[in-house]
Amino acid sequence: MNIYVLLKRTFDTEEKITLSNGKINEDGAEFIINPYDEYAVEEAIQVRDAQGGEVTVISVGTEEAEKQLRTALAMGADKAVLINIEDDIENGDQFTTAKIIGEYLKDKNADLIIAGNVAIDGGSGQVGPRVAEILGIPYITTITKLDIENGNVSVIRDVEGDSETIEASLPLLVTAQQGLNEPRYPSLPGIMKAKKKPLEELELDDLDLEEDDVEAKTKTIEIYLPAKKEAGKVLDGEISAQVTELVQLLRSEAKVI
Amino acid sequence: MARKFLVLGEVRDGSLRNVSFEAIGAAKLAADGGEIVGVLVGDSVQNFGDELIQYGADRVIAVENDQLKQYTSDGYAQSLLAVIEQEKPEGIFFGHTALGKDLAPKLAGKLESGLISDVTSIEEEGGNIVFTRPIYSGKAFEKKIVTAGVIFATIRPNNIEPLAKDESRSGDVSTLSVDIKDLRTIIKDVVRKASEGVDLSEAKVIIAGGRGVKSEDGFEPLKELAQVLGGAVGASRGACDADYCDYSLQIGQTGKVVTPDLYIACGISGAIQHLAGMSNSKVIVAINKDPEANIFNVADYGIVGDLFEVVPLLTEEFKKLKVNA
Repeated sequence: MNIYVLLKRTFDTEEKITLSNGKINEDGAEFIINPYDEYAVEEAIQVRDAQGGEVTVISVGTEEAEKQLRTALAMGADKAVLINIEDDIENGDQFTTAKIIGEYLKDKNADLIIAGNVAIDGGSGQVGPRVAEILGIPYITTITKLDIENGNVSVIRDVEGDSETIEASLPLLVTAQQGLNEPRYPSLPGIMKAKKKPLEELELDDLDLEEDDVEAKTKTIEIYLPAKKEAGKVLDGEISAQVTELVQLLRSEAKVI
Repeated sequence: MARKFLVLGEVRDGSLRNVSFEAIGAAKLAADGGEIVGVLVGDSVQNFGDELIQYGADRVIAVENDQLKQYTSDGYAQSLLAVIEQEKPEGIFFGHTALGKDLAPKLAGKLESGLISDVTSIEEEGGNIVFTRPIYSGKAFEKKIVTAGVIFATIRPNNIEPLAKDESRSGDVSTLSVDIKDLRTIIKDVVRKASEGVDLSEAKVIIAGGRGVKSEDGFEPLKELAQVLGGAVGASRGACDADYCDYSLQIGQTGKVVTPDLYIACGISGAIQHLAGMSNSKVIVAINKDPEANIFNVADYGIVGDLFEVVPLLTEEFKKLKVNA
């Protein structure tokens, strides 16, 4: 089976966000594989181990994303592709990323494409469904279980806490929800092997794309940090008196009850 | 400049979701006096048309078909594309719900348009419709505009005020017949896990538990409090990882991002990942044994104490309030 994983390099969830010159300050920040994409990598490896085939991990970004791709290779993916847009695109959006990935995948005969359901930085959750639309294949988002038998797929989809059992056939794109699996840590031999696994680096030119073809359909005009919250009121006294006071405050001061 | 906007009215469990009314409110802000057209999709949904109009839609188009009994991205996309083709709107708004998140990117992709997801406010600035949305799970915000194609947006629940319901409003509810074919995904079964009734993303009150609840049973007092307040129960990653509750309840940078009117954090330490998911709640109450817990830094009100003592007392106190009201 020909399996592709869409992977994004994101800020570590522990990072505080600061701005410099109106942009998110990346200096000194730790980067990780987007946690939802980690589930996608793990699932792809499990499907390959059960069904045979090959797992290729794709990322659109800068050359720094090589580190996250190597991690995916160390987990067990077979190949990686980095589409480096650093020199070509200043302000891309989800259309841009999806168009590039779609262009790359259009002649690859992917059977299964797995992505995270959302990236924890931009948080838009658009790229998966947009790629499926470009490729003309069906998709199922936020899945928590994936079974494949003879090309028939059965998934469980998380719908705001409800679970839908959905049937489809390959080729198919799915996006991973938390609970799909428990991503493995790369083993030491895995890390050693990953260094020798193929990692192809491409630019827009290699995909016969012009900058105009992938021009964003949206524009960010401002980024700002939320107003800092003032320190709250920690109550004191007997617990029962505190509870009474709290209810009073919620009614009369905060007016939320 | 007056513009025409479509708003999808989302029906769940036999009624329109509140976020659909909020999306109409959002469309009113964007349309600048232009027409708001409500859209309903399903097997039998026409009867919800009047309610959309009472909440501000000028007229409603219903696409009805037996194949649309359950949501599928293919069926809904075919329906909405037909409506978009007929109406040629400036934009179309959805709730930022499981359905909106699944469907809007497909349509925006098909129409090579910009989509702004998870919108928390809208304003007009120099002829542009400017959308504000959280990034990094609310650690920062960005303002965006759509520069090409149809203006797509999904509206986060609980952030944009709906218009007051006006039962004297009336308008045309028409149907559009669409040929639904080639559904490539088939829903075989639906298991309801969210038995609590109130949906976490739309809840006005959330009672959330962390590692401090200690067990699955430890969530019981939280559920009782949620019930008294008509709220929903949520959890931190710690509680989910420890198997005290289902991952569908998780609030945080992974998990749901929520903005209720009242968030009561019980036995939650306040890791930065959790704060990202809830710190934009209007009022935050923290209950924790550890006075140094980080959650107190974002809380409006804090009680240092054992949640198993505080929460039941709180439930009793709110019950009294209800009786006296």
